This record gives sequence, C-alpha cells and structure tokens, in this order.
Amino acid sequence: MLKYAFRRILGMIPMLFLISIVVFTLAKLMPGDSFSGEIDPTKTNPQYIAEMREKLGYNDPLPQQYFRWIGNFVEGDFGKSARYKIKVSDVISEKLPNTLLLGFSSLLITYILAFFMGLYSGRKPYTVADNLIGGLNYLGLSIPSFIAGVFAIFLFSFTLGWFPSNGSIDIGMTEGTLEYWLSRLHHVFLPAVVLGLLSTASYTQFLRNDIIENSRKDFVRTARAKGTAEKKIYNVHILRNSIIPLITFLGFDLVAIISGAIITETIFTYPGLGQLFLQSVGTRDYPVLMTLTMLFSFLTLIGNLVADILYGVVDPRIRLD
Amino acid sequence: MSTKKMLRNEAPLLEVKNLETAFDIEGTDYNAVDNVSFQVKPRQIVGIVGESGCGKSVMSLSIMKLLPKGIGKVKSGEIIFDGKNLEKMSESQINKIRGKDVSMIFQEPMTSLNPVFTIGYQLQEVLFNHMKISKQEARQKAIALLKSVGISRPEKLVDEYPHQLSGGMRQRVMIAIAIACQPKLLIADEPTTALDVTVQAQILELLKEIQAVNDMSVILITHDLGVVAEMCDEVIVMYAGRIVERADVDTLFHNPKHPYTTLLLGAIPKMDEQEERLSSIQGIVPSLTNMPKVGCRFAHRCPKAMPKCFTVTPVLGDIEQDHEVACLLYETSIPREGVK
Repeated sequence: MLKYAFRRILGMIPMLFLISIVVFTLAKLMPGDSFSGEIDPTKTNPQYIAEMREKLGYNDPLPQQYFRWIGNFVEGDFGKSARYKIKVSDVISEKLPNTLLLGFSSLLITYILAFFMGLYSGRKPYTVADNLIGGLNYLGLSIPSFIAGVFAIFLFSFTLGWFPSNGSIDIGMTEGTLEYWLSRLHHVFLPAVVLGLLSTASYTQFLRNDIIENSRKDFVRTARAKGTAEKKIYNVHILRNSIIPLITFLGFDLVAIISGAIITETIFTYPGLGQLFLQSVGTRDYPVLMTLTMLFSFLTLIGNLVADILYGVVDPRIRLD
Repeated sequence: MSTKKMLRNEAPLLEVKNLETAFDIEGTDYNAVDNVSFQVKPRQIVGIVGESGCGKSVMSLSIMKLLPKGIGKVKSGEIIFDGKNLEKMSESQINKIRGKDVSMIFQEPMTSLNPVFTIGYQLQEVLFNHMKISKQEARQKAIALLKSVGISRPEKLVDEYPHQLSGGMRQRVMIAIAIACQPKLLIADEPTTALDVTVQAQILELLKEIQAVNDMSVILITHDLGVVAEMCDEVIVMYAGRIVERADVDTLFHNPKHPYTTLLLGAIPKMDEQEERLSSIQGIVPSLTNMPKVGCRFAHRCPKAMPKCFTVTPVLGDIEQDHEVACLLYETSIPREGVK
C-alpha cells in the first residue's frame, strides 16, 4: 500500500506541472493586471505604471515569466499578494481555519443527515416517508445556495435575530477562551446548515439506491437462511457493502472542505478561502489566485488518492499493488 | 431396502399441505406453486425434479420463508415442520429455526457469500445466531466445520474472503454454514448446477456423506436425473407448479407413469447407444402469466394428450402403493364430481 501511494504521488508531479501551465496561461489570458482597476489612471503618472510593470517583469516573455513563477513556487515562495502586500502563504493561512471550520461542520451535517435518511429510505423504499425524504432532498438540491442563504439570513438573522448575518467572530474576543470558540460556532452555524442541508441529496439517494440494490443480492438471502435478524442484515451485511461506492465522494469532500464554498461564504461575508478566491479574481490578485488554484488542484489529486487507498481498506476485493 | 420400509411408518419431519405460492405481477397474483402436498420423513433424501420454471426453487424458498418480499407470498396451505406450522410463525420465531433446524444451500455459490466479510465471520455468524459460545470456541468450530467439508487448509481459509475461493470451495463453505448447527432438514437448491462436472461429483459425494453422518433429511432440488438416481430415496416430479408424479427412486426410473416423466427420462443421453440427435421435449414450460386455467398443464406438449386433457384438471392419485401420478391416462387421476 505504501509503495502504491508513493508511486501515485510520484505520478502527480508531471500532472501538477501540466496543471500549472494551464493555471498560468489562464491567469495571463485574463484581462488586466494588478495595476488596472486598483490604481486611478488619471491621478497616477502613466510612465510610473509602465516602469513598475517593467520592474515587476510583467513585460518579460511569457515562458520566462512562467519559469520564474513556477521556480519560486516549487521552492515554497508563492509570491506576494498584490492587494494585501503580504506573502500569499500568510493570506491563505489566515483564512484557512475559518474555511476548515465551515467545511467540517457543514460536511458533518450532511453526513449525519444523509446517513440516517439514506438508511431509512433504503430499508423502506417507496413508502410515504421515503418519498418525503426524496422530495425534500431534491428540493434542497434544486434551491441555489444564494437563495437559501439570503432567506436564512432574512429569517434567522434579521427577523428572529438568532444568528449573526456575517463575519466569523464577534469583535473584541480573546483568542483561546471558551467565549471565543462559542462565538465562532455561533457564526459558522447558519452558513454550515445552509451548505450542509443543500447537499444531502446525492449522499442520501446514493446510499438509498445502493441499499435497495444490495438487499436483493444472494448473500442477503444467505444471511436470512442463517437466521440472522433483519436489523443485523441491514446494518451489517448490506450497509458494509453500500458504504463502498460512497468513498468516491469522500475524495471530493476533502477538496470541498478546503476550497470552501465560494457562494455561501460570499453571501454570509464569511472570511474563508472561497471568499478570498472570488476577491482575488475581482482585484486581479494573480499570485493569490494562482496559488489557490494550484492548491485546489493538488488537493483534488490527493483526494482521489485517499479515496483509492480507502477503497483498498474497505473492500477486500480491491488490492493495491 | 429395509431402511425404506422403516421410513414409511415414521412420522414425517416436514409436511407440506396444499401449498400455494403466488407472485404479484402488475397487480395480479399468479401461482408459481399450485396446490402442492408432500412429506419428507426423517433421514430421507427427497429429490424434486423438473425443468427450469417449474416452481422447484419457489417451493423451497416458501418452506424457508425466503420469498422476495412484497413480490412473492404463500397464499394458502400449511408447512408443518417437526410439528410446528411454519406459516403461522413470526419473523423472529422463524429466525430461531432457520439455520438451526432447517438450512439451505443455493444454486449460485459465486454470489451467495457476502464479498466483504471473511469466511470465518460468515461461518461464525450462524453459530452466534443459534448457540451461546465464545469467540474462541466459534473460531475453533468454524475451522472444524471447514475441515469436515473437505477443505484442506481451514486455519488459513477462515481469514480469507470469498473472492479468493473457487466456486467449488465456496459451495463447500456454504455447506459448512448450512450444517453448522446440525439441522434436521437441509434444502439443497441445485447445489451443483453452477459447478463443473468433476466438482459436482465431489460436492454430491460430500452431501451424501454429511447426510449419513448427521442423520438429517435432505430435499434435493435438481434438473439432473442422474443426480437423483445417485442420491435420492424418493423423487417428486414437478411441472409448471404442480406435482405430476411421486414415487421411490427405483419405481420412478423403472416404471414411470406420467408422460412427462417418461420424456424426461428419455432425454438423458445414453452412453451405450449411438444417437444422431439428443432427444428433447418439444416446447417450453408455459410462463406464469400464461398458465392454462383448466386442464393438464402439460397437455399442449404431451404426445399422448387427449381432448379431455385440455378441459379436465387431473388430480394426484395413488396408482399403486407409494406411487402417485396426476395424468388422465389413469383412472385414479380423474377428479370425482364435487371434488376440485
């Protein structure tokens, strides 16, 4: 297994290089650079701007720019944010904890809800409750998060006043205290619920359909013939088989936790990586944008690797070597 | 044949009375098993033969209460096992009998084991279901059981997964699971159909051996008459959900009465004769939705069919001692007035 993982990680290197070329090209293809938009051209000497462009190497041939960027990138120097004037790594690590908190809590909500709904629906398919669960799930799937987010803010923040409508923490909290953490949870709750509730559909229906399919398999009949109780048949024999295909999602989720939810974070003005990503597009903060894109690509590859390794752990038929 | 005489007087272990099992197809019930009655005596091996689609498997699943939920159900009749009516039992009551007193092996060894659990786990499960034993004891017992079904390296095999085993080995594991609690009755639903010929012989030999050692009754479902001749004491011939003939194995092979039985026997290729064509029975078993309402269900394929065969439903009657047949060629099968 270690050998397998090592081989896969080695195989990622050429892949990441290809991705870096695409990321760089796309960034360069986007109109404007960090001087356009942020600097008022009527009040600044155009000669100065041209000088600065020259100084920052924006006029160098593209391959040269690419190799300069990727060379620094490999060495761990992701550049300086054009907007925040600090290192990209510092910008990202400042926002990362918020995103992780939101990602984990929304995923937890999704997993718990989907697990119980899927289990129930799979065991009692085509009943009223199953149809209700299915209907609610598809409703959740079809409501865009910006609508659900705005409604949630209107109802729970403005009308009822239960939850804050923006930010990740109250002002004036001392880091590390219980109050500090409670405030963070208070802030993350609403976006996490919106995010978590809307994405239960795929998990629930996948689990449900897999349980239905597996409950018709021959090995279930064998288990019944052995005198195994119905409850155990579902919770052990069928569930253990039905979990396997869900592992594919787990790989994607790993990325989703970190890449954050661009729309939800923006609506709740929640300072996470999703919001940072969108801002860096708007302000043409290419060092941040490119670093984030590379980070997400890398995580996608890692997520797939983790999923593949987990397959080998969960399914004895799959051997990794 | 002294054992057979002894058997005749014993109380039956299993008694199936007027069993009707129906499948729900688009809102209508169709009987896959229609008014079937038979008995299995202790230590007896009863063979049930017939073509595919004759209701053999459905009948065995009815006895085990393993019919696909919501689709198949026992409509009427009684299944009395060891003095208890299985039909009146709740799910939890039947679970105490399944795997312990009655157990079953299936046609498809490749898919009958759960792919994600070890052989040991699946074997021990049946032990834990019906006995109070420790994990250590269960493991030892599982290894002993695997040894008893002729598996050569049981200590290793308990920790292996089904996909690492061949079909024959898996069927041995299934047999080990089935006999783990020393059942009184074993239902074997075409246990060798999916296996190749040499393995078939080994599995049948094993079943025979186990039957003798454990003193259990066996219902052997098959469409291989060679297997029946080899293994069984009594034979039930089924056609389209009904029993058409029942007799002990010698009588049936030497003196078949029903045209269907005769044709089935004729369809066995003979080693000592040069045949240009293998003989077969014309036509196919009518589908469930297409079953004739009255008359003999075999009539449209029967070379000896008479006009009344299409209008009068024959009943199963004793043509001689311990030999029942349902064919209008024989007086005993003509229904009396007022009797269905």
